[in-house]
Amino acid sequence: MNALVLLFGAAGAYGTALMFGTLGEILTEKSGNMNLGVEGIMYMGGIFGLIAPNLYEQAVGEGNANPFVAILLAIVAAFAVGALAGALFSFITVTLRANQNVTGLAMATFGTGVAKFAGELRRLQIGGYVTLSNDLKFAFDNKFMPDFLKNIPIVGRIIFNQSEFFYMGIILAIAMHLFLTKTKTGLYLRAVGESPVTADAAGINITKYKYIATMVGGGITAIGGMVYTMTTAGCVWIEASLSGTGWLAVALVIFCTWRPLNAIWSSILFGALMIMYLRIIVPFFPTELYKILPYVVTIIVLVITSMRNIKDKQPPASLGVNYFREER
Amino acid sequence: MTNESKTPLIRLAKRDAMDPKKVWAIRIGSIVVALILGMIPILMAGKNPFQSYGIMISGALSKPGYIRQTVKKAIPLLGCALAIAPCFKMKFWNIGAEGQITMGAIFASFISINLASHIQSRFIVLVLMMLAGALGGALWAFIPGFFKAKYNTNETLFTLMMNYIAIGIVRWLQGGPWEGRPGTQIIPMFPDNARLPNVFGVYCGWIIVLVLVVLVHIYMNYTKHGYEVAVIGDSLNTARYAGMNVGWVMMRTMLLSGAISGVVGWMLVSGANGTLNSDVAGGVGFTSITVAWLSQLNSFAMIIIASILAIIDKGSATLQTKLSVPASVAEIVSGILLFCMLGCEFFINYKLIFRGKKDKEVQA
Amino acid sequence: MQKVQSKCAIELKGITKTFGKVVANDDINLSINRGEILCLLGENGSGKTTLMNMLSGIYQPDGGEIFKDGEPVAIRSPRDAFDLGIGMIHQHYHLVDVFTAAQNIILGLDDGKMDLGAVNEKVKEICDRYGFDIDPKKKVYDMSVSQKQTVEIVKVLYRGAEILILDEPTAVLTPQETDKLFAVLRNMKADNKAIVLITHKLAEVLDVSDKVAILRKGKYIGTVDTKTATAQSLTDMMVGRSVKLNIDRPLYSNPKDKLVIENLTVVDGEGIKKLDSVTFTAKSGEILGVAGIAGSGQKELLESISGLYPIMEGSILFNGDDGSQIELVGKTPMQIRNIGVGMGFVPEDRLGMGLVGSMGMTNNMMLRSWRHGNGMFFNKKAPQALAEKVWDELEVVTPSTEFPVRRMSGGNIQKVLVGREIASKPPVLLTAYAVRGLDINTSYAIYNLLTEQKMSGAAVLYIGEELDVLLELCDRILVLCGGKVSGIVDARNTTKEEIGFMMTTVGGKGGKE
Repeated sequence: MNALVLLFGAAGAYGTALMFGTLGEILTEKSGNMNLGVEGIMYMGGIFGLIAPNLYEQAVGEGNANPFVAILLAIVAAFAVGALAGALFSFITVTLRANQNVTGLAMATFGTGVAKFAGELRRLQIGGYVTLSNDLKFAFDNKFMPDFLKNIPIVGRIIFNQSEFFYMGIILAIAMHLFLTKTKTGLYLRAVGESPVTADAAGINITKYKYIATMVGGGITAIGGMVYTMTTAGCVWIEASLSGTGWLAVALVIFCTWRPLNAIWSSILFGALMIMYLRIIVPFFPTELYKILPYVVTIIVLVITSMRNIKDKQPPASLGVNYFREER
Repeated sequence: MTNESKTPLIRLAKRDAMDPKKVWAIRIGSIVVALILGMIPILMAGKNPFQSYGIMISGALSKPGYIRQTVKKAIPLLGCALAIAPCFKMKFWNIGAEGQITMGAIFASFISINLASHIQSRFIVLVLMMLAGALGGALWAFIPGFFKAKYNTNETLFTLMMNYIAIGIVRWLQGGPWEGRPGTQIIPMFPDNARLPNVFGVYCGWIIVLVLVVLVHIYMNYTKHGYEVAVIGDSLNTARYAGMNVGWVMMRTMLLSGAISGVVGWMLVSGANGTLNSDVAGGVGFTSITVAWLSQLNSFAMIIIASILAIIDKGSATLQTKLSVPASVAEIVSGILLFCMLGCEFFINYKLIFRGKKDKEVQA
Repeated sequence: MQKVQSKCAIELKGITKTFGKVVANDDINLSINRGEILCLLGENGSGKTTLMNMLSGIYQPDGGEIFKDGEPVAIRSPRDAFDLGIGMIHQHYHLVDVFTAAQNIILGLDDGKMDLGAVNEKVKEICDRYGFDIDPKKKVYDMSVSQKQTVEIVKVLYRGAEILILDEPTAVLTPQETDKLFAVLRNMKADNKAIVLITHKLAEVLDVSDKVAILRKGKYIGTVDTKTATAQSLTDMMVGRSVKLNIDRPLYSNPKDKLVIENLTVVDGEGIKKLDSVTFTAKSGEILGVAGIAGSGQKELLESISGLYPIMEGSILFNGDDGSQIELVGKTPMQIRNIGVGMGFVPEDRLGMGLVGSMGMTNNMMLRSWRHGNGMFFNKKAPQALAEKVWDELEVVTPSTEFPVRRMSGGNIQKVLVGREIASKPPVLLTAYAVRGLDINTSYAIYNLLTEQKMSGAAVLYIGEELDVLLELCDRILVLCGGKVSGIVDARNTTKEEIGFMMTTVGGKGGKE
């Protein structure tokens, strides 16, 4: 029991990165755009979210950095690079009408390339690891809830012993849920993803909605990468450690049946699977095989969701299909 | 409403058919644009882009040794693009070539590790390894193919997850059952009779992939199987209407695709590396998607595209040593290349009509 | 900006639109008046819908001008059309299935917050005014076709449209529903709205309209007052010359039972019965028409017979020429073919099911023969010869047999498909909406081909939507209603009204009202 509580407590940290990645992709896919480039976008968010506060700290001098500004800069930088990637994806698929699958794959390659390049360049510039001072590191992974909350049995450890990003993610998920179900803009966005012909005939600007949703979605996704670097990876850029997270986020979107609220618990669950090998040791079972568990679970989930074909748990009806007005 | 805005500034119209020369001009133009955009990261690294491109090309082609290394990089890219082509033609988004290569490599290595010392003949060992590699890759591809055919399970994610599992298995093998000296996490080099011989200084895999180019071309364009794949790629309903067993064709195509990837995996362990490690595929499975798509699934065009990407890859490694521009510039440039090629199809399929030119276009 | 409203709401001057090399609209002039119902009449493919799509902002004209109340306007998007008070009800409804009626109605409006309560009120008001009836909270996927159409009309009125364009609104309605719709349209006319009705059904034109504008092959022929027009005069304007309205219907001397279908029941993926105990016999030397409202099980019937649709129960027996009987239920299309049951099938969705759009004629001919011969290579000679034969005999317009069929016109696509399906002289020929979207000449060419097949002893199933054609082409007509056989009548001794009634009520006169 105790081990499980510890596991899920730690899972929140890894899960938060996944949560942002998943939420961003849900928003993107609601517009009918299937951006498979999440991996690349999270990578870029991961490095630029680190470089921004790193530059800031360098500029003001170590010790003088305001943690709040540093966090804000990290968020803004990650969001901006993700939004740019979303804009690029939209330009190629919406404006130039290219295949979404291949464009997404290209984005994955391009994004990881850009991130590695930027990371390496910065490393050469400063002649060592790209990282932050300990004060800022603490600020990024600040488990700021009061102790009496943290000390509540079970719940305290899982829910209240988390960094600020965890709560931001939950607020974002709720906000996105309300946006999609209770506002007109949300209704219109869903219409664009479900039936662009209908939305177009109703005078909704398909291109605008697709661009904005994909850009904001990309931005949120990129914040996921930033959260990973700044919390789980301890504010240090290690190229390989993010590998696979973005793809898991894409899989989680299906697992969540495109509902933002489901992203909260499912990302924590997957966070737990990712680190289970560290927390719950199974004797005589090789660690390397243990590490593939989340991927195996993802496959099982994919298969099960495809076997039970429930009508209102389907993807947006036009997902992955480009819309051209004059070709209907 | 003003009179000026009566017609939009730019409108789109579908083209009927474009002059093939123009089509190629646009495609080549897009490559040029990509190379120009590729200068941006080099400039950001504070280096001269022209000099850098020069270094990349000379680093890939200026000496026989360099050329050999470039060819060595091109072999798996080409082989794997050939493997992916039938899947993509069928609109089956197999992005699991990485895992299929790795599985093929594992199966081939099994033969080398367990049987090579018992069999004298190099030829028999190599053939056995090749068959094992094909089997491993085919098996790994068949699993997602089966679920796609049966339950329409999303193949993109399924094949992708299979990559991580395959790589995980190698990590376990190299630190466990197949580990050489304890603690090294390295599998010992294969014996000579499990290694592919060199021809013109490069392991003979290049001959194998060139043969595959011809075979895949014939398969895709002249066989009943190839026809089925093309019909399914166009319309599933038409395929069913014509009496095709869509599920079986999908599984069969995945088996074939996986087998080719598996053979590539065998060539990598038996030829390029001489042993198995978790980085055996090293991104080839992904880069080959770029190769397949840029060549519009045409086998012969793949030779050229695979060579270009291999030159960029090898050249960027040289660039890193000489000018300390990070080698990941290769990924950026190939990403940009792909973006540009994807985007340029638009200008081949559509024409833009500007407001002023309206009357002319109507007459034409 | 309340101006003095002129009678003329919209005027089109010299409108031209081309798609590639096809001229869809050529120098069209037309005026649309308030307080009038204008019918836009023309054959399929005459450019009616294209013209109206330019009014609703879907397409932009390549040349010409549009005037609203005398002012030149540009309609660049559906939104511009709304702003001008133009609303179009398309043939394929533009509704989001997973949304409610109210959610669909407010789609695209920017009038502040989402207040569904107020929306429901206003919807009710509109319904009362014109005599509709809808439940704003109902999800679209739970609605019947006519309910969906009502939502579309309310959607347009909700936006305050004063010019309504309806594209073939009656194609999917029963005669009773059509009458209801026309009553609503007359109410709107009384409310000084301008109404444009796109149709090719002459009876409706004469029934409901005040004026008729006629298009032919993309050209504007003229506008006439309905009072002065007759079916014959309109047909003459529509087709350009007097056409023989009679379709040849020779009698086959020796009909035999070819397909014996008993208690055929199928369910779709959601468990809804699409065919319910369907029993009938198709005879050789006969065209058996199948009538019914769209979605009554026509598609499922043909797909079941050809082995493409899973069958829950029932039997389909094929009587061979040698007296043998073969059960087709439980066999795949390939198995049916392999045991020697020749079956031609012209499906409704030509490019999505019958043909491969990206391939040329030759490769499309191969769709029926690709498996012939041993070995792994296909034989291209036979399909090449067949493609050339079809090209020649059916006068298909195409630059070559390798030209992608997707780029051909609708009529030529259909000729390729029908040509291939009758090439092997199949004893059973299944056709779904074989003349939909085709011009009159091509339609007649297709009728002749089907009759030829019949006279050579084939059992032909003809699913059609135009009752006039069914009455003149077929020998017997089977009427489907909600997946059940409503009745089978002799085409020579029945009336349109009788069939129309059977389409809505199982058993026709004998059934419940």
